[in-house]
Amino acid sequence: MRRDPSRLWRARLILEDGSVFRGTSFGAEGESGGEVVFNTAMSGYQEVLTDPSYTGQIVCMTAPLVGNYGVTGEDMERDRPSVAGFLVREASTMASNYRAREDLRGWLSRFGVIALEGMDTRAITRRVRDKGAMRGFVTTEPLEDDVLQRRLRDVEELVGRDLVSPVSRTSEEEWTEPVASTWLPDYPKKTTDARMRVVAFDFGAKDSILRCLRSLGCDVIVVPSGATAEEVLAHAPDGVFLSNGPGDPRPLEGPTAVVRELLGCVPMFGICLGHQIMAQAVGAEIVKLKFGHHGSNHPVKDLTTGKVEITAQNHGFAVTRESLEECSVRVTHLNLNDGTVEGMELPDRQAFSVQYHPEASPGPHDALYLFERFRDLMVEARAS
Amino acid sequence: MPKRSDISSILVIGSGPIIIGQACEFDYSGTQALKALREEGYRTILVNSNPATIMTDPELADRTYLEPLTPDYVARIIERERPDAILPTLGGQTGLNLAFELAREGILDKFGVEMIGATREVIQRAEDREEFKQCIRSIGLEVPRSGVAHDLEHARAIRDELGLPCVIRPAFTLGGSGGGIAYNNEEFDAIVRRGLELSMVQEVLVEESVIGWKEFELEVMRDRKDNVVIICSIENFDPMGVHTGDSITVAPAMTLTDKEYQRMRDAALKIIRAIGVETGGSNIQFATDPLSDRMVVIEMNPRVSRSSALASKATGFPIAKIAAKLAVGYTLDEIENDITRETPACFEPTIDYCIVKIPQFAFEKFPEADDTLTTQMKSVGEVMAMGRTFKEAFQKALRSLERGMDGFGIGRSDLWFSDQRPAREQIVAKLVTPHRDRIDYIRYAMLDGMSEAEIHELTGIDPWFLRNLSEILELESLLRDHEGLSTVDDDLLREAKRYGYSDRQLAFLWDMDEMEVREKRLARGVRPVFKLVDTCGGEFESYTPYFYSTYEEENEAERTDRPKIMILGSGPNRIGQGVEFDCCCVHATYGLREAGFETIMVNSNPETVSTDYDTADKLYFEPLTLEDVLNICDLERPDGVIVQLGGQTPLRLAKGLEAAGVKIIGTSPESIDIAEDRDRFKKIIDRIGIRQPPNEVARTEEEAFAAARRIGFPVLVRPSYVLGGRAMRIVYQEEDLARYMGEAVDVSPEHPVLIDKFLEHAIEVDIDAIADSHRCVIGGVMEQLEEAGIHSGDSSSVIPPHSLSDKIVSDLGELTRRLAKELDVRGLMNVQFAVKDAEIYIIEVNPRASRTVPFVSKAIGVPLAKLGAQVMAGRSLDELGFTREIVPEHMAVKAPVFPFSKFPGSDIILGPEMRSTGEAFGIDDDLGVAFAKSYEATGNRLPLEGTVFVSVKDADKREIIPVARELVALGFELVATGGTSKVLNRNGIANRRIKKIVEGRPNVADHLKNGEIVLVINTPSGVGPRTDEAKIRGVAVQQGITCVTTLAAAQAIVAGIGSKKRVGARVKSIQEYTIKFSGESTTVG
Repeated sequence: MRRDPSRLWRARLILEDGSVFRGTSFGAEGESGGEVVFNTAMSGYQEVLTDPSYTGQIVCMTAPLVGNYGVTGEDMERDRPSVAGFLVREASTMASNYRAREDLRGWLSRFGVIALEGMDTRAITRRVRDKGAMRGFVTTEPLEDDVLQRRLRDVEELVGRDLVSPVSRTSEEEWTEPVASTWLPDYPKKTTDARMRVVAFDFGAKDSILRCLRSLGCDVIVVPSGATAEEVLAHAPDGVFLSNGPGDPRPLEGPTAVVRELLGCVPMFGICLGHQIMAQAVGAEIVKLKFGHHGSNHPVKDLTTGKVEITAQNHGFAVTRESLEECSVRVTHLNLNDGTVEGMELPDRQAFSVQYHPEASPGPHDALYLFERFRDLMVEARAS
Repeated sequence: MPKRSDISSILVIGSGPIIIGQACEFDYSGTQALKALREEGYRTILVNSNPATIMTDPELADRTYLEPLTPDYVARIIERERPDAILPTLGGQTGLNLAFELAREGILDKFGVEMIGATREVIQRAEDREEFKQCIRSIGLEVPRSGVAHDLEHARAIRDELGLPCVIRPAFTLGGSGGGIAYNNEEFDAIVRRGLELSMVQEVLVEESVIGWKEFELEVMRDRKDNVVIICSIENFDPMGVHTGDSITVAPAMTLTDKEYQRMRDAALKIIRAIGVETGGSNIQFATDPLSDRMVVIEMNPRVSRSSALASKATGFPIAKIAAKLAVGYTLDEIENDITRETPACFEPTIDYCIVKIPQFAFEKFPEADDTLTTQMKSVGEVMAMGRTFKEAFQKALRSLERGMDGFGIGRSDLWFSDQRPAREQIVAKLVTPHRDRIDYIRYAMLDGMSEAEIHELTGIDPWFLRNLSEILELESLLRDHEGLSTVDDDLLREAKRYGYSDRQLAFLWDMDEMEVREKRLARGVRPVFKLVDTCGGEFESYTPYFYSTYEEENEAERTDRPKIMILGSGPNRIGQGVEFDCCCVHATYGLREAGFETIMVNSNPETVSTDYDTADKLYFEPLTLEDVLNICDLERPDGVIVQLGGQTPLRLAKGLEAAGVKIIGTSPESIDIAEDRDRFKKIIDRIGIRQPPNEVARTEEEAFAAARRIGFPVLVRPSYVLGGRAMRIVYQEEDLARYMGEAVDVSPEHPVLIDKFLEHAIEVDIDAIADSHRCVIGGVMEQLEEAGIHSGDSSSVIPPHSLSDKIVSDLGELTRRLAKELDVRGLMNVQFAVKDAEIYIIEVNPRASRTVPFVSKAIGVPLAKLGAQVMAGRSLDELGFTREIVPEHMAVKAPVFPFSKFPGSDIILGPEMRSTGEAFGIDDDLGVAFAKSYEATGNRLPLEGTVFVSVKDADKREIIPVARELVALGFELVATGGTSKVLNRNGIANRRIKKIVEGRPNVADHLKNGEIVLVINTPSGVGPRTDEAKIRGVAVQQGITCVTTLAAAQAIVAGIGSKKRVGARVKSIQEYTIKFSGESTTVG
């Protein structure tokens, strides 16, 4: 057997609602805890695993067959996986793709990720859907239920924690890698000779975002999440970018204050956590969603054009629409599934943001235009 | 955008009879579309010549024309109905081509009809190979290098540039008709010639070979606001080189990284926009180089296709319904997702299971045909299976095929653990060439120690698929380590089930009874759960009761406490068991729902209406095997199960289900068995006093010879329990019988051979009837046009009988009623009689729904299967108000459709073995017109002038005279070869003698190829594909020249030509023919 028989059905997952699932370990040995979320993307497990926004989360893939095409350096969103655990129905025992450099099993083991297969991932998904995102604990040892219960109690809540600081860069860095034209031959649509300077806050940024900015013709300076307004402005940027990142934005008082300071001084674009921080900076309210949005098929309506884009999403918190309206911020995008805010605009302060991921990776490219919009905003600002 | 209010009536074009490449998936799409359009308040007009469809039920459209799908008939319909718009994208290639023709001929403009869904320009851009390629290149995408040729010369020049092998694709054909891969010059010439002949515009594309590349399909939808979504991705297990319809396919794509997938998605979006499909669904095919980042676009269908039907069933997303709504102006975000009810249809479904589709072939029916799989589609049906892993879905799909496989290996057909273990050379040979059984040889190769890499090298199949197959075998070897089930621990047993192993495989492995495995498995608590298909991977709560089984922890299917009836469907389409039975099953769900029952459908065929999630109250997409059906019964505990509507597939399960305590409703399995059992049946007919052709049962070869001698040649021989006349032959002499016995015993070793006296020149009559405990009402009496001896499925038939006396017809009815009583029939029954010299003989009785039920239902305007199901559920015919036979005033003709053009080399003569894939309808007040319509509806041309070639066997020479005379009177010229010419001359019928093929050049074949002959009348004297006359028929078929091979057909076609010349294309909707049947009224008739 290519699956190690001694590992069969030894691993365990316990959820906060008390349910216990058996599985087979296919990654590192050990144990781990975190918030259990499900992701509905059918491809892109490598991007999901390396997205820092999943820090502190055990990710359950609804797509049952994972690992089929292995892993490759090009598809990394950061230099290592961030998830607290990984749950699938069946992990491939081989990597079938000309780009594959390694198989998923070996790669996960190498990075110490606890990964379980053989799971009834649909049952887990339905529990999370019905009861909301909850804590979970995974172990590769067949522990008794009462032991599992005790370990689960020690797992920290995600709400109210600053998960950004540990994943953010600690020093400034210039980003020079563009997107690969093989995969995005038409991006960006229009080019400009003018080089823009963008300072990008790293709250746990996905590399794809930085690549997208670079390909726009920007000099991209990535700064740590704790960078001050003076440090940012010292670069004389044409624009400031607020990245995605893990967890709850509410404890991130420092970055929120800095963003508040910068708003209006310089064009600004935020994605995901960056969007939430921007909203928080203008006084909007952030709430935790029941189980969040994690997947590649979320329909988002652009309220300006009426067109729908299919988007990649990964967030557990959202900005409330009412609070934005109170702050006289224009809501520009809405999620068609549940009506949550997906985008906003602060025209008087040359800033806009989206809750979803225009850089995709994984996911559809429908929203790439937003990067071009950011560039246009910077070009305009420079001209005036 | 709201729906359009500037149009109020819409003409929908169906796809006509079932042919290879175009099956009942278009009934599914048309039905969905009609429902959607009516829901929106549009007046709908449907034209489709296939009576065995749900869409042609009179309730589904305001006006239903069961008329031929040809420009002249449809033009008349347009003139009569004056629709504002025509929707051509739901009727397959037939619908698209027809609409294109109507546009080209200016008919749409003349009557101010707008094409919605796809315009003429869009069709042109997508279907014209050269325009398509230019369009694709212009948006920066790659296509295989190629050139377009209109003649052989030019094609050769292109070939010299591209090199061999190369692919030849004719323009405007269906299912890749006439296409192929050429590895050498000779092959190249042959395929190009055929392609040019078959192409509607005499055009072929000669293309760089991307054989061995990975093949993918994306199902795309677009709306008027330019929102575009991908509904499903499909990956082909068989790499490029095998038509996707003939490939095993898997959804979603398995081996693409997200970067690769998104690039493909981007390309699909660009393509649908560039081609200009404004609204609706399209299917786009891609090939990717397994070793580099090269991706090429192969083709696009700007319409709902077979793949979209599969994608609909695979995801739960109703593509056809949504396409119809988009066509009338809605946008995706305005349409609700039925499944989640809260989220809009504007999203991309996500799948949390694996789909495997495996095609079904019928090569055994065409032994002379080449069974290599190429770019021309040859399969006649398909199964789909769902599982949480590829391994599980794959094994479930294999056992759904009903091909004697219970999964991947371990079973009677497994050669490896038999004395016929194939040798390495044989395995290699079988791997290199794609064919139906390649999958078995992959298994043998693995068991023979070939590595996955070697197998990949030989087959081009992606290593990921091969690894999964090899893992199935790993588990097999773990199982083989055990002497019996008792030593297998629960985890291994559960793992085997999770890998998709069936109880039958386990039973075979340990020489147990299937039921014993089941009992022990259940005792250990290893039982399946049912998961929901919900388009969203469980993210939202869903309401669609659409389930599949798997072995996991959580079960989602819940039993209600309503009275419930389960209907077993008919499984994959095959010759002899097709859409007709699906129609019956669907009607049953309608009837039972009306009667207050919860209906539960079980089926494995994705092309059907029965597997639409809104047909039955609950749908289980599962293999139709005893194990899988019992699993559902365990959960649902239905009050009754109906097995008599789905053909042989569910019937085969009846005994096992009953033995397991499941209640079969309707005619008892015991009665069904009596009808199948020669000896027991004989007692019944003796009691009634019906004659039967002398017959005997033989269990050995010696017995067979003795029996044949006693009965006297010619005899009809066949194995017992057959489908569609499988392996049935008329044998005229002992040598033939000796040859036959070998084959027949091979076909069905457990069952003896039946030998009947063959009644020459008898008229065959089929009767469909319906019976409850008190009465039996005749549904329809069908007179077969062809003599007894030609399978009734391959014969045209007529309602009401056109040549039988009233006395005979009434006697036949009476005998039918007595048979119903003797067999205690509850529900539908079918009886076949032969009438010879005013004597009635009984051929067989089937106390179940027959293939002809939908035809009869359309002819008399009464949904028999619906009533049948209600009777089975306990209602009486009196209550249902169906107490008297309806003899229609009009004439209804059903004509068969054959796939011969897809199987070059096979002879087209008819016999007791059924070979037609579908049927077409002809209805008119005049028999000749009905004949003409049915004939044209089959896709054959009904020539109105020109030269007719006549060559008949000696026995027919006398009776061809009036036919020939009539042809001359109709203005045709006659040509004939020696013998026939002489007979015509003697009777003073003008004709010109031409050479037979063996007599030198120019001969009849040359005249055919030069287009000098419009009709061939050739009744075969000898059998065999290598005879002169078989070659003539072959040429005629490939040239698309109308060819009839029996005297009866010749008489009918001449009557048809006469009528067509007289009245032209006359049309009338079925709503105008029949009074709508009301189940509540007192009497009908």
